[in-house]
Amino acid sequence: MLLGKSLIRSRMIAALRIIICCMPLLFLHKGVTAREKALKKASLIPQWVPQAQFAGYYVAKERGIYEKHGIDLTIIPGGPERQPSDLLKNRKADFATMWLSSGIQMRAEGTNVVNIAQMMQRSALMLVAKKSSGIKTPLDMNGKKVGLWGPIFQIQPRAFFKKYNLEVKVVRQSYSVNLFLRDGVDVASAMWYNEYHTILNSGLNPDELVTFFFHEHGQNFPEDSIYTLQDTFNRDPQLCKAFVTASLEGWRYAFTHPDLALDIVMENLKREHIPATRVHQKWMLERMKDLMPALGSHILTGTLHPEDYQKVAQALRENGLIREFPEFTAFYRNCGAHDEK
Amino acid sequence: MKNRGLALKLALLILTSITLIFSFVFIYNYFFSRQIITDNIEKNANSVASATVNRIDSVLRALEKVPENLAYFLESFSYDGGDIMQLIHSVIENNPEIYGATIAFEPYAYSSNAARFAPYFFKSKGKVEFTYILYEYFYADWYQIPKELDRPIWTEPYYDVGAGEIVMTTYSVPFYKTVQGERKFMGIVTADVSLSWLQEMVASIKIAETGYGFLITKNGTFVTHPASDFIMNETIFSVAEAKGDAQLRELGREMIRGNSGFVPFRSMVTGDNCWMVYAPLSTSGWSLGVLFPQDELMADISRLNRTVLFISLAGFLVILAVIVWIAGSITKPLRLLSKTTEQIGSGNLDVEIPMIKSRDEVGKLADSFNYMKSSLKKYIEELTETTAAKERIESELKIAHDIQMGMLPKVFPPFPDRAEFDIYAMLDPAREVGGDLYDFFFTDEDHLCFTVGDVSDKGVPAALYMTIVMTLIRTKASPGVTADTVLGLVNHDISVDNPSAMFVTLFLGILNIRTGELQYSNGGHNPPFLIRASGDLEPLETTHGMALGIDEHFSYKSKRVFLEKGEAIFLYTDGITEAMNEKEELFTEKRMEKELAALKERPVMGVIKGMLEKIEAFSEGVEQHDDITMLILKFYGG
Repeated sequence: MLLGKSLIRSRMIAALRIIICCMPLLFLHKGVTAREKALKKASLIPQWVPQAQFAGYYVAKERGIYEKHGIDLTIIPGGPERQPSDLLKNRKADFATMWLSSGIQMRAEGTNVVNIAQMMQRSALMLVAKKSSGIKTPLDMNGKKVGLWGPIFQIQPRAFFKKYNLEVKVVRQSYSVNLFLRDGVDVASAMWYNEYHTILNSGLNPDELVTFFFHEHGQNFPEDSIYTLQDTFNRDPQLCKAFVTASLEGWRYAFTHPDLALDIVMENLKREHIPATRVHQKWMLERMKDLMPALGSHILTGTLHPEDYQKVAQALRENGLIREFPEFTAFYRNCGAHDEK
Repeated sequence: MKNRGLALKLALLILTSITLIFSFVFIYNYFFSRQIITDNIEKNANSVASATVNRIDSVLRALEKVPENLAYFLESFSYDGGDIMQLIHSVIENNPEIYGATIAFEPYAYSSNAARFAPYFFKSKGKVEFTYILYEYFYADWYQIPKELDRPIWTEPYYDVGAGEIVMTTYSVPFYKTVQGERKFMGIVTADVSLSWLQEMVASIKIAETGYGFLITKNGTFVTHPASDFIMNETIFSVAEAKGDAQLRELGREMIRGNSGFVPFRSMVTGDNCWMVYAPLSTSGWSLGVLFPQDELMADISRLNRTVLFISLAGFLVILAVIVWIAGSITKPLRLLSKTTEQIGSGNLDVEIPMIKSRDEVGKLADSFNYMKSSLKKYIEELTETTAAKERIESELKIAHDIQMGMLPKVFPPFPDRAEFDIYAMLDPAREVGGDLYDFFFTDEDHLCFTVGDVSDKGVPAALYMTIVMTLIRTKASPGVTADTVLGLVNHDISVDNPSAMFVTLFLGILNIRTGELQYSNGGHNPPFLIRASGDLEPLETTHGMALGIDEHFSYKSKRVFLEKGEAIFLYTDGITEAMNEKEELFTEKRMEKELAALKERPVMGVIKGMLEKIEAFSEGVEQHDDITMLILKFYGG
């Protein structure tokens, strides 16, 4: 329960850690070789802790893929205490990963960010219910308690409720699924790659659960994407392109070498003192492999499709989260991504 | 098996039986002893588990009272901010196990101008510190779950960084206010409790070398476990997933459902086979598991079983040796005896029977063999003597026979220079020496005496008797004498001093070979047949004579008949009429007459031989009891 207090402390510890980590770099700076000098410095903040959701970036760094593409990348571990939007806005990080909807919202709120790659093509957000609660179809949710996360995570569920004309009792859901596990809510929000597996690993069997994937109900909002500030892109589009290309390469490498990718992920989690189990990270990596390509495909493209952009942006506007949104061409910069042929 | 030696048979049968018995005993002992130990372990396990669960529950139950009392106070009495601060502060001060406590209010529930109100007292470095909880606590598990469930809960344990990375859990009690008859949710009272004591208590459970205890929460998360990586990180289900162990997952589900049990289980640390007892905490619903390593707890019983197995094997070898020795001691003398017996069998009765010292059945058998050998030897010696005696007698009998047969005229024709008649005779003895007789001789120039007889007995006495009779006939048949006179004289001589009461039937005829006159007398003998020139067979008229040797004064009569030229007389003994075949049918007089009629045209020798063939054909090789004697005399005249 000391989340508040511990948050302060861990934030201090993290800051200290960054300083300590960077110190050798500062000293080393004078002794770097000519080849290293040629590397462009850059930094990335993923939107959450270094879990398998970001395996590709960590693998690319660990395997020297960014170096190969001329980038000396620093990854700033994300977490509840570090918002990528803040670091991006304050120029503490050159690149950040965020949801497509978060990026649009940030742009609408006045920060001049551009999407340089749409990494995840499918929506991992889902609703999950216990069969024992009597829910089998969307219509059974009428009058039930449904746990929902913050505003960004409510767009799809609310559209879903509207579609099926459901009156539900929304309960704000925290990051844990304990409320759902203790039957505090009948339906919970979950990310397929994360909370759903946590539920399974809390002793509920898949056959005891009912799942509602939004992409199966006409609500496929692409999620993780890479952002940078407009002027960062304008100053060095080559860096952005190199970064996207290396990141995609890192992901491909992670999917073809899952054990190595998991080793790297586990090591980073351990370094951050984040409790983690390998099976959970394995599940997450496998789901990323499912979610990053478009449905029915296995190819990572990194492309943002205009129709996806329009759908998400309009939904944001309809929900009152934004007033207006820029043109697709103003928002998206294709950085070496390619359409699936 | 059938052809194998006794030793091998014995060894195989006994050892097989013993192996079966030993195996049965061993298997029974193995399973039964394991069952006993398992039962004991289960009892022990259940008591360990329930004792531990009770200790944990009693502590947690006591802790539950603190925030519950606080909530009760808030619901029952009016209070102000100072009261609240005082209450929380005293809770922290007076309860060493409680690290922190708060009373967290719903938005604007404490005061209409406070969106949040949650004063928090906590221990830090031995002092009681204070802060307000500033974050939006409404969505924290400790607040939200009891609120939604409308009942107190123990939260999932968490690491508290502020308190020094210790595992804590919070007991959260909702409290309410009744406003206008409606029960309104006001907020949550909490007590944060370190689980160090619980971890120590469970960690102190040591069963044998590697047995251990562990505790999982309602979510299956490990609160304590010897593998420190597991604590607050893995759930029993994630471990099951990593191991691909569906049974472990099912067991985890049983545990978090609040069931208890005693099950086989593979240690998550050593991988050894264990039993695990599990039981739920009645307060928090968490589940305690205690592992009992099978191999270690079974070590004594395994050692016992190994010893039993070793003793069984040693016993088996000893019995094998004993059997080989016993079988050897039985079969070795038996083999010697058998070899000796073979030699005895091949006739060597002087072979030495091996000395067998033992007084058992084999020793007795050897004695019996010795006795048998000497008996056999004696018997064979006696038999040799007897056989020699018998052979001598037989050869003497043979001589007697030769002599007897030598007495009978056997050269035919006997009188080649006499053309007046033709005569042929034969005697086929049933035994070596017979009692029949025949004879013919001239008493003078013209008279031929011929006779056929049958002594009442057979064998040597009969032969001797017959010899006497023949000798007497020859002596008494002087020239000119009549047939009845000869019979009378012979009868007289043999009747006198006849202790063995033997007698003889006798036919005697004297033929005048010039005239064909036949004068004859019959002493109780079968009447001969006359074969007339016309071809008719006619029995000679009887002279009513009695067998000779019975009555010395008997007076015999003679009769007379004339033979025409070409006519013949046929004499025989009852050996012919009483010849028997296999069905014990007699040849009979009738059959003889018939055969004779058929044979009458033949020369004399042909008639006799033909008749003999007929008899042989009739009897079909059956040995006859009586001598067969035939004589035929055919008259041609001067």
